Amino acid sequence: MSEVFEPKIVAFVCTYCTYAGADLAGTSRLKYPSNVRIVRLPCTGRISPMFILKALQKGADGVLVSGCHPGDCHFDHGNYHARRRWTVFNSLLQFAGVPEERVKFSWISAAEGIKFAELIRDITEDIRKIGPFEEYHTLIAETGSAAPL
Amino acid sequence: MAKIGVFVCHCGENIAAKVDCTKLTAAMESHPGVSIATEYKYFCSDPGQESIKKAIVEQGLTGVIVAACSPRMHEATFRKACAAAGLNPYLCEIANIREQCSWVHSDGDEATEKAIEITRSLVEKVKRNNELQPILVPVTKRALVIGGGIAGIQAALDIANAGGEVVLVEREASLGGHMAQLSETFPTLDCSQCIMTPRMVEAAQHPNIRLLTYAEVEKVEGFIGNFHVRVKMKARYVDMYACTGCGDCIQKCPQKKISAEFDCGLANRPAIYTPFAQAVPNKPVIDRQHCTYFKNGKCKVCQKVCQTNAINFDMEDEYLDLEIGAIVVATGFQIQNTSLYGEYGYGRYPDVVTGLQFERLASASGPTGGRIARPSDGKEPETVVFIQCAGSRDPSKGVSYCSKICCMYTAKHAMLYAHKNHHGTSRVFYMDIRAAGKGYDEFTRRAIEEDGAGYIRGRVSKLWEENGKLMVRGVDTLLGRPVEVPADMVVLATAMVPQPDAKEFAKTLGIGCDEYGFFNEAHMKLRPVETATAGIFLAGACQSPKDIPDSVAQASAAASKVLALFSREKLEREPIIAMNNEATCSGCWGCVLACPYNAIEKKDITDRAGNLIRRVASVNPGLCQGCGTCVTFCRSNSIDLAGFTEKQIFAEVMGL
Repeated sequence: MSEVFEPKIVAFVCTYCTYAGADLAGTSRLKYPSNVRIVRLPCTGRISPMFILKALQKGADGVLVSGCHPGDCHFDHGNYHARRRWTVFNSLLQFAGVPEERVKFSWISAAEGIKFAELIRDITEDIRKIGPFEEYHTLIAETGSAAPL
Repeated sequence: MAKIGVFVCHCGENIAAKVDCTKLTAAMESHPGVSIATEYKYFCSDPGQESIKKAIVEQGLTGVIVAACSPRMHEATFRKACAAAGLNPYLCEIANIREQCSWVHSDGDEATEKAIEITRSLVEKVKRNNELQPILVPVTKRALVIGGGIAGIQAALDIANAGGEVVLVEREASLGGHMAQLSETFPTLDCSQCIMTPRMVEAAQHPNIRLLTYAEVEKVEGFIGNFHVRVKMKARYVDMYACTGCGDCIQKCPQKKISAEFDCGLANRPAIYTPFAQAVPNKPVIDRQHCTYFKNGKCKVCQKVCQTNAINFDMEDEYLDLEIGAIVVATGFQIQNTSLYGEYGYGRYPDVVTGLQFERLASASGPTGGRIARPSDGKEPETVVFIQCAGSRDPSKGVSYCSKICCMYTAKHAMLYAHKNHHGTSRVFYMDIRAAGKGYDEFTRRAIEEDGAGYIRGRVSKLWEENGKLMVRGVDTLLGRPVEVPADMVVLATAMVPQPDAKEFAKTLGIGCDEYGFFNEAHMKLRPVETATAGIFLAGACQSPKDIPDSVAQASAAASKVLALFSREKLEREPIIAMNNEATCSGCWGCVLACPYNAIEKKDITDRAGNLIRRVASVNPGLCQGCGTCVTFCRSNSIDLAGFTEKQIFAEVMGL
C-alpha cells in the first residue's frame, strides 16, 4: 500500500459567507488540497440532512457543512436553524453508525479565506487519517447498488 | 431531451494554466445530455458571449453551463447573454473552476479531475432547472419616516424635496427630538434651536410631507414597495384644526407642577401643554394621566377658556392605515438611567445633573433662561466637575461601547460654563478624549487652552456632600495619585442607549437588533443604512450613538436609498423563492416558525360551498427572500425552493 488514500469530501456551504470565503481563498491564491467539492446553497438553513446522507451514499468520505457565523446570517437566522438541526442530526448520525469525525460543521465568513483554506487542509488530513468510509462501500458492494434514500 | 451546452473558459491563463481545458471539454462532450462543449479564451468577452448566444440558437440548447470563474463574478453576465438568445436565464449555471480549482490547487491533474467533477455535477443540476420568471412587485411611492428628530426630519425633507410623498410619524407632541433640547452645538457653538426650528417648520409645512405627531407606529406588514402600516393617533383632546395655538388653555390650567420631560425635570408644565415654546405643530395636548378632569371628573378650565372650542374630552385614539413603499427608521436614543451609578449620587444630590439637564440649564430657552444655576438653590456654581463615561465603556455596570458624543459635549459644556461664568472653575474626569471629527480635536483643545477646562485623566470613585459642597474623589492616573475636588455642581456624561422599547419595535418592523438594542444594519461597512429587511432603512442614533452631522448624513443616505426605490415603477426580484405544494401540505406550521421573514401565511382551503376543508401554508412571493430554511423544516416534503430544489441538489451531489 504505497498509494496515499485521497478522501472525497463534499462541502455544503451558504452562498453569502462560506462560498464567498472560498472565493477569497481563491483570489488570494491560497493553496489547499483538491479533495473538496463545493455545493452552493443560498443559506445553511437550506441544507437538509438528506443532502449529507446523499453525499455519503454517493461515496463521500467526509462532509462539511459551513455557513455564516452566528448573528451574521444574511437571512437573519437561517444558520441558527442549521445549528440546531445539526446538533440533533449529529446524534442521529452517530446512532446510525456514521462516525462523528466524518461530518463537520463550521462557521466561515466571507472575509475568512485563510480560515477556509486551513479548514479544508485540516479536514482532508483528518479524513485521510481515519481512512475511507468503508462501511458504506461494503454495504453497496453487498447489495449491489446504492441504498435508495 | 436535454440539450446542454458546456462552455469552458480559459480565463486567459488563469484557468488554462492549471486545468486541462481540452480534456475537460472532451469529458463534457461525451456526457449524456450534452449537445455541445467548447472552450475559449475569454467567454465573458463580447465575442465569447456571442458564441454562447449563437450556440443556444443554432443548437436549440435547453441549458447552459459556463465553466469559468465564481458565479458571484459573472453569473449575471452569462444569464443576461442567455436571455438575449431567448433562453430562460435560470437555465444557465456557472461551474466555478477558477476560484475553486486553478487558483487553489498546485497539481494540474488534480485540478483537471476536480474541474470535470464540478462541471459534471452542475450539468446534472441544470438538466433539472426550470424556467423561472423574475417577480415584479409594484412600488407604492410613499415613504414612512418614523421619528421626528433631526435624522427623521432630514430624511423626510430630502425625500419630499425630490418629489416623494412622506408620512412623518413622531410619538411626542412636537417634532424636534433630542436636538431641540440642546443649547449650543459642537464644534461651532451655534444655537441648536436656531438651526433646528426652521427645519421643523419646513417639514411641517412641506406640501409633500404629512406630519403625524403624538402618533405611534403600531403594526407593519407587507414587504418592500408594499408595506401596510397602522399608525395610532393618540388622543390629544385638542382639535388640531380648530386650535390656533394661542396658549390660553396652557396658562389657565390649574395643574402646574408636572415635571416637564423636555426640561429633563428641571421645570414644571401644566396638564395641557406643548413640549416647548417653539413646538411644531404649536398645538397643545392634554396629559391624560395628570389632568384634573380625567382624574376627578371636574375642571374643564381649558375648555372654558378656549375661544375656538378646540378642546374635546371625548376624543379617542384613532388608527390610520397607510400604504407605504419604504420606511426610514429614525427613532433615536435615550440617555442611560443614571441611578445605576449610586457612587455618583445622582438622584440623591440635586446638584448632580446629567449632560442633557446641563443643556437645558445652558439653553437660552431653558428653565433658567440660559443662566447656569444649581438646581438646589439657583446659585451660580463656582466649581463644576464633569464626569465622562458615566455608563459608557463600562461593561461591568453600564454599556461596553463608547457613546461617542460625550467627549465633545463635555468640552462644549465646559466652554459654555466658562463663557457664562468667567470666574468659575471646571474639572473634567475623563478616560480618553475621543474627538475624531471635523474640527473636533481643535474644539476640545480650545476648551482646555482657551477656556481653562482642567482635564483629569481618571475615574471618579465616590461622591459625597460635605459643608454644602459636593466632594468628588477620583484618581489622576497621570500623576498617579488620588484627587479630591470640592464642587458646587457635578455633570454626568451619561451613556447613550437605545430607546427602551427598541427591541420590541424591531420585532414590529421585522428588523434586527444588536445586543444592546440598537437596530442592525444589513452590512456594517457596505450597507450601513439598510436593514436586512428590504425597503427598511435606518437613520441616526437608533443604529448606534451618533452626533448631529453623522445623523444628518445617514438620513440623507437613507433618503437616497428610498428615492432610488421610488425611481422605478416595478421592482424586479430574483425568483429564487419557496413554493408550497398545497396538496401534500399537512399544515404543521413548522415552516411558519422557521421563516425569518414572516413570508409564510396560513391559507384556508374551502369547498364549493365555502366550507373550510383544511388549512395549508402559503408562501408570499413578495416577502420570501429565498433562504430555504422552510424547505428543510418541512416534514411532509411539500415546500421546495425554486433554483435550489431537492431534485436539483440531489442531482448535483450524485453528479460529483
